[in-house]
Amino acid sequence: MASEPLIEIKDVNFAYAERPILTGINMSIPRGKVVALMGISGSGKTTLLRLMGGVMKPTTGEVWINGECTSKLDTQGIYRMRRRMGMLFQFGALFTDLSVYDNVAFQMREHTGLPESMIRDLVMMKLHAVGLRGAHKLMPAELSGGMARRVALARAIALDPMIMMYDEPFTGLDPISLGVIANLVRELNDTLGTTSLVVTHDVQEALDVVDYVYYLSDGKMMAHGTPEEMRANKDPLVYQFVHGEAEGPVAYQYPSKDFSDDLRLGGRRAA
Amino acid sequence: MGRSMLDLWVGIFVVAGMAALVILAFKVGNMSSMGSGETYEISANFDNIGGLKPRAPIKSAGVVVGRVTSIEFNNERFTAKVKMAVEKNFKFPKDTTASILTSGLLGEQYIGLEGGGDDQMLKSGDSIRLTQSAVVLEKLISQFLFDKAAEGGDAKKK
Amino acid sequence: MPHRTLPSIRSIGANAIDIVLRLGYAARFIGLTIAHSGTSFARPRLIIRELYYTGVLSLIIILVSGLFVGMVLGLQGYQTLTTYGSESALGVLVALSLVRELGPVVSALLFASRAGSAMTAEIGLMKATEQLSAMEMMAVDPIARVVAPRFWAGVISMPLLAAMFSAMGVFGGYVIGVVLIGVDEGSFWSQMQGAVDVREDIVNGVIKSFVFGVAVTWIALFEGYDAPPTAEGVSGATTRTVVTSSLAILGLDFILTSFMFRGM
Repeated sequence: MASEPLIEIKDVNFAYAERPILTGINMSIPRGKVVALMGISGSGKTTLLRLMGGVMKPTTGEVWINGECTSKLDTQGIYRMRRRMGMLFQFGALFTDLSVYDNVAFQMREHTGLPESMIRDLVMMKLHAVGLRGAHKLMPAELSGGMARRVALARAIALDPMIMMYDEPFTGLDPISLGVIANLVRELNDTLGTTSLVVTHDVQEALDVVDYVYYLSDGKMMAHGTPEEMRANKDPLVYQFVHGEAEGPVAYQYPSKDFSDDLRLGGRRAA
Repeated sequence: MGRSMLDLWVGIFVVAGMAALVILAFKVGNMSSMGSGETYEISANFDNIGGLKPRAPIKSAGVVVGRVTSIEFNNERFTAKVKMAVEKNFKFPKDTTASILTSGLLGEQYIGLEGGGDDQMLKSGDSIRLTQSAVVLEKLISQFLFDKAAEGGDAKKK
Repeated sequence: MPHRTLPSIRSIGANAIDIVLRLGYAARFIGLTIAHSGTSFARPRLIIRELYYTGVLSLIIILVSGLFVGMVLGLQGYQTLTTYGSESALGVLVALSLVRELGPVVSALLFASRAGSAMTAEIGLMKATEQLSAMEMMAVDPIARVVAPRFWAGVISMPLLAAMFSAMGVFGGYVIGVVLIGVDEGSFWSQMQGAVDVREDIVNGVIKSFVFGVAVTWIALFEGYDAPPTAEGVSGATTRTVVTSSLAILGLDFILTSFMFRGM
């Protein structure tokens, strides 16, 4: 692993209205790597991603990004930091009132004083990188789910970010689009020299493209390791998740009373 | 929609809105009958103003020369003190008479000014001495009845 | 029965706290919007774009309604005035009712249901599809970039729309009264001009529509921004925008009228 990690999370706790979401999280993400953050729905993955994006601040603990502690930054500082981050949202989150071209150009127009001719070249380069140069005139409503995701990806890398974050990038895609996105994640990371963080529960695709995996369960960091280590992990929680089994430590049944009681076979009235 | 089409429509919208405001001001409102706006204020005491209201016109020889600005009750003399703004370019002599008149039989009430023969002109803050109150219909009728009754009494005596 | 009444009292209290909380949040929201308006004025294109969606697209409904309201006023006014033999005052009646009340109020109600609901739906949808979060992650403040231009576009277009409504209404009253019924044209206009004062009536009408514009746009934007990010959330917020802003318009109208036309 590289000398100094780009993202470091130290003893982070986060509670939402006294309900703990994250407890005692420690992570370190080295430069240039693709790291997956996995876990079942509701395990706190997205919250952790938001802490890194500075959308929320940890209740206790520190989030360090590129040598800066996010909880000590003011709004200006957070915004300055975010200019060096790209984020791909679950369903793309393209601006529906702007064309593909204008979506990709959005950040360049907002943050740089570049002339329109140069913006055009840059937009075309970014769209070319995701194979959608020909679609620049379309509106988001005219795109398929996979295409929208790729446009959103082109938009996220518009300013050549230092960190790329993916929030469930594979959700709701057909197998071909899914493969395309998975390859793009890897390819863009290596060609642009960014560091990528993928939040996902699509285990197999993720394990194929990432360098390192963190497994989060119930707000706690349960396991971490390379994809091979995760596949070989015998911890029942990790095993159930990686192999997608219905029964295991994560129960199929929602906690409930005794079944015979609910069917009122117990002789007395249950309520 | 192209950028220039959008601009064009927004331009039409703003121009039409402004035009509507101008139409309201000049065609519907009394902007056109207002002078330069430069006025001086004079006042007058009336025993009875009838139905005169603030903003009522002040006319001289039928021409609007100003507007009533405020009406107050003078508690020492038990009269109504009417302040009026008269346009700067209309000058009236000191012995001008102000009377409260009615346009038509039931129309709005206004103040009529009738110039006198003084060489000195009214200045801002001056007060008009000669005033004639509004004609109150009830008084007029009772006067009429009283006169009739008196006439009838005279006739019987003969 | 204390065990029954207690929960209902508690829920009244909870509702009251909720309303006060939302009011506070809404006040902070408009404060933020105004404080972050610099971007909109530095880049007027943002406002021009929204002027198209709020103003130009409301134009047809405003003009047509104005015409019809004016025509109805012409007919009804004539019926009433002719009983007192004062048909010549028809112009006064049409113009004063429009400029003082109907113009600002009816056009604001139409504006709330046409442009206000669209604003709420648009912002609510942008929130539900994470477009606002995406913008924030791109270091662009959604209040400055999305909310503020819409706010100023609404505030600018409302008085213009109300003025067009009134002008159209006066024209409608003229068509019915003078052209169709045959009221004397000269007295129609001259009595109108004698009775309608620019400062007292027209400027006050413009002030009213400006206040309504602020209220409607504020409510619409806040409801959209505060909507739960789901389909039901957005549709509920859209309904609330129309209901709340209609009530706000009528309530504010009463307050403004009682201040403005006290002396009359």
